[in-house]
Amino acid sequence: MPSLLFCGPKLAACGIVLSIWGVIMLTMLGIFFSAKSAVLIEDVPFTEEDIRNDKNPPQTVYGLYNQVGINCFIAAAIYVGVGAVSLCQVRLNKRQEYMVT
Amino acid sequence: MGFRSEEMCLAQLFLQSGSAYDCISELGEMGLVEFRDLNPSVSSFQRRFVSEIKRCEEMERILGYLLREIKKANIAVPEAEVLPAAPAPKNVLEIMEQLQRLEVELSEVAKNKEKLQRNLLELTEYTHMLRITRTFMHSRSRHEALGPQYEEFPSLDTESVTGCTSMQRLGAKLGFISGLIQRVKVEAFERMLWRVCKGYTILSYAEVDESLADLDTGEINKNVVFLISFWGDQIGQKVQKICDCYHCHLYPHPETDEERADIMDSLRTRIQDLQNVLRRTEDYLKQVLHKASESAHSWMLQVKKMKAIYHILNLCSFDVTNKCLIAEVWCPVSDLTNLRRALEEGSRKGDATVPSFVNRIPSNDTPPTLLRSNKFTSGFQSIVEAYGVGDYREASPAPYTLITFPFLFAVMFGDLGHGAVMTLCALWMVLTEKHHARRRPGNEIWKTFFDGRYIMLMMGLFSIYTGLIYNDCFSKSLNIFGSSWSVKAMFTERQWSNETLQTNALLTLDPNISAVFSGPYPLGIDPIWNMAVNRLAFLNSYKMKMSVIIGVIHMSFGVVLSVFNYIHFRQKFKIYLLFLPELLFLLCLFGYLVFMIFYKWLAFSARDSRLAPSILIHFINMFLMQGNDTTPLYPGQMGLQVFLMVVALLSVPVMLLGKPLYLYWLHHGGKSLRVHRVCLFFCGYERVRRVSEEDLSPSIVHDEEDGLSDSGGPQEFDFGDVFLHQAIHTIEFCLGCISNTASYLRLWALSLAHAQLSEVLWAMVMRLGLRMSSKLGVLLLVPVFGVFAVLTVSILLVMEGLSAFLHALRLHWVEFQNKFYSGTGVKFAPFDFSLLPSVFEQDGLL
Repeated sequence: MPSLLFCGPKLAACGIVLSIWGVIMLTMLGIFFSAKSAVLIEDVPFTEEDIRNDKNPPQTVYGLYNQVGINCFIAAAIYVGVGAVSLCQVRLNKRQEYMVT
Repeated sequence: MGFRSEEMCLAQLFLQSGSAYDCISELGEMGLVEFRDLNPSVSSFQRRFVSEIKRCEEMERILGYLLREIKKANIAVPEAEVLPAAPAPKNVLEIMEQLQRLEVELSEVAKNKEKLQRNLLELTEYTHMLRITRTFMHSRSRHEALGPQYEEFPSLDTESVTGCTSMQRLGAKLGFISGLIQRVKVEAFERMLWRVCKGYTILSYAEVDESLADLDTGEINKNVVFLISFWGDQIGQKVQKICDCYHCHLYPHPETDEERADIMDSLRTRIQDLQNVLRRTEDYLKQVLHKASESAHSWMLQVKKMKAIYHILNLCSFDVTNKCLIAEVWCPVSDLTNLRRALEEGSRKGDATVPSFVNRIPSNDTPPTLLRSNKFTSGFQSIVEAYGVGDYREASPAPYTLITFPFLFAVMFGDLGHGAVMTLCALWMVLTEKHHARRRPGNEIWKTFFDGRYIMLMMGLFSIYTGLIYNDCFSKSLNIFGSSWSVKAMFTERQWSNETLQTNALLTLDPNISAVFSGPYPLGIDPIWNMAVNRLAFLNSYKMKMSVIIGVIHMSFGVVLSVFNYIHFRQKFKIYLLFLPELLFLLCLFGYLVFMIFYKWLAFSARDSRLAPSILIHFINMFLMQGNDTTPLYPGQMGLQVFLMVVALLSVPVMLLGKPLYLYWLHHGGKSLRVHRVCLFFCGYERVRRVSEEDLSPSIVHDEEDGLSDSGGPQEFDFGDVFLHQAIHTIEFCLGCISNTASYLRLWALSLAHAQLSEVLWAMVMRLGLRMSSKLGVLLLVPVFGVFAVLTVSILLVMEGLSAFLHALRLHWVEFQNKFYSGTGVKFAPFDFSLLPSVFEQDGLL
């Protein structure tokens, strides 16, 4: 079986740090978007028509908020995957280092 | 850490010759004292222990050779668990012997190995040559079937194995030269042969498949086997010479096939034998090196310590009887008991008949400065000392730097998210510090960051605090307590309607309308400001005023610290002539500015905000003594301002002339003579008793023993010099007050820059990922976040962090420390084995 190792120890460590940060920050962003925080209004992709054509304001904007929130949660989940891959790489690197010496 | 540096004393050590080595070894292990050189005029070759040092260096040379061989063989050198002490002189010979034996053995084995390898190479080449020339011969033998052909030009005749006999019938002798040559030289070789021998030779060559290593140069290159057949003796000599020129390896050419087969067989067995022997030699070499590597580290430490001890012994002087060594050391007074104990221990170890002892002596020289620090405070201590080591017994700014430096950094860096990342990074370094300290960090930049891990931790924690105050987390505000501003109130109070919303692009929330503004936010800036267009106008005013306030407080603190120095050095007059005018000048002008800032904040509310005057105008008017046309801030303002201006202006001549005139009067005045004598007597008496104090005043004379001598005739009191220095100091202080206060505005500038950078990064990077509304948009968010994280770390944490660090450092070094710190001292450098650098580590051998 060919070696599953494709990145060195430093890159794998960076991967772990990045994924931990990504999971924490994206989850919190997801929570804040779901809580319809006003500070994040500029990050929600609403347009002028959304507001004008809204039958039951502000449900359209709220719907967009929820959508972005779910996006954030999905991205956090992907980062969990990235973190797991990085963890595997770190373990493989340690094992290889152990076998060489 | 200490408020000021430790009290030091000069001490004389009387070491008995027999146990001197052990005593100094003990002192080196403990790292208590700094030795002074008692033989400064003696060159290093004339010193007492120069032969011992030469011996140490010889051992170091052998160790270096040993370590190089070990490194070449890729063997790791294990570190000793317990650090060995310096070896006693009787054990030194043993170590020296061992090292020499190892050196001889290693060089022999290495030489043998080289010879064997050379042999092996020759045999391999010979084998290749035989194999390939056989193919030449046999390819030609096909022509033989046609019978010998006599041609006019015998050089064109192809010879064969039996063809030489036919040539001999002609009376001509055919000769063969065969060997190997490097492939790159073959064309030139052939051409040369043709030109020189004019066609009387035939060259045939073929390449060897295997690349062989050239033992002289160590490179691996392709070789070519050639076979030259020539006719005639003289041609033979010429060919020989040409072959020599081109560094060919020549081997004898066999006459017949059977001979060739025999030689090849014997070669094969010989090559096998040689490879065997070579393998065994390499194994033996590895074994020897492995055994040596076990004790290499401890040998290295022992030699290092021994050399250091002999170096110190060279600094001592011998007394008249030649039985006792005298050393002069600077020792902290609190460590004298430890010193005595170390000497007792050393005497005991050296089996001395007479114990060594220590004697304290008075001294006029300025002792070095020692400030003890632990792993937490050492980082802050080093950044203070980078500016200058404090004078002896001067108040050190380091303890306050523990708090003020991270605080000023945080004011410029204030972001909750970035502070949290920095804290986590520093926390990781702190928690794994044992692991990192053991592993010798090679990278200089990493070492710098690692040494500053506690500074980084404090900076991160304080940044989290200021991030909460500025309400800034990755450029977004956190709404923890609920905003105090209510947009709904504008509707309920009939100020706005739906139509207002549709027809206006920007609307202003009016705090004067009831229920719009319900009081200040409990902690920090209200989160609604994050969405306001005039956010910067509000924040700028707030941050600038805050910077001035912090600056004036910091500088006043610096001026106050100088009082401690004056009290300690018995210069009470400086309190009245320097400290008081300085403080009055600073507070009357800039303290009053701070007062006005606070007054405006407290006295004016949203209701009368239109009437709130500009403080800057009032401040300028104060200087110009004007102000009749503007409404006063408070009743009696004009009078108070005039009074403050007068006090500030009067303090300038006091600062300028006070000290020089007072000192002049002290030296030439009559009435104060008696007081002066008594003063001087006490001074002198105390100097003999407690030798640690040194009067910093340049003009008061110090006669140690005769305190009652004529003080009417001082050595030097140069009024001009003192006056000039004081004038420079006054100008520097007064102009510096203004410029330094303005300099503190960098606190505002950098925090603004950081906030703006953070906002731009979010808007240009993160928003792209978040605004994607398509189905695949979520996949874009993942790399976008990665880019955001990388840019945050590299730009906002590293670049801005270093920038804020530098500016906070500058504020400390210049604006704070020039109010009280002189920083012209010498650092105490104790004789400590652990602080000595190792030659081998510098060469990268360990």
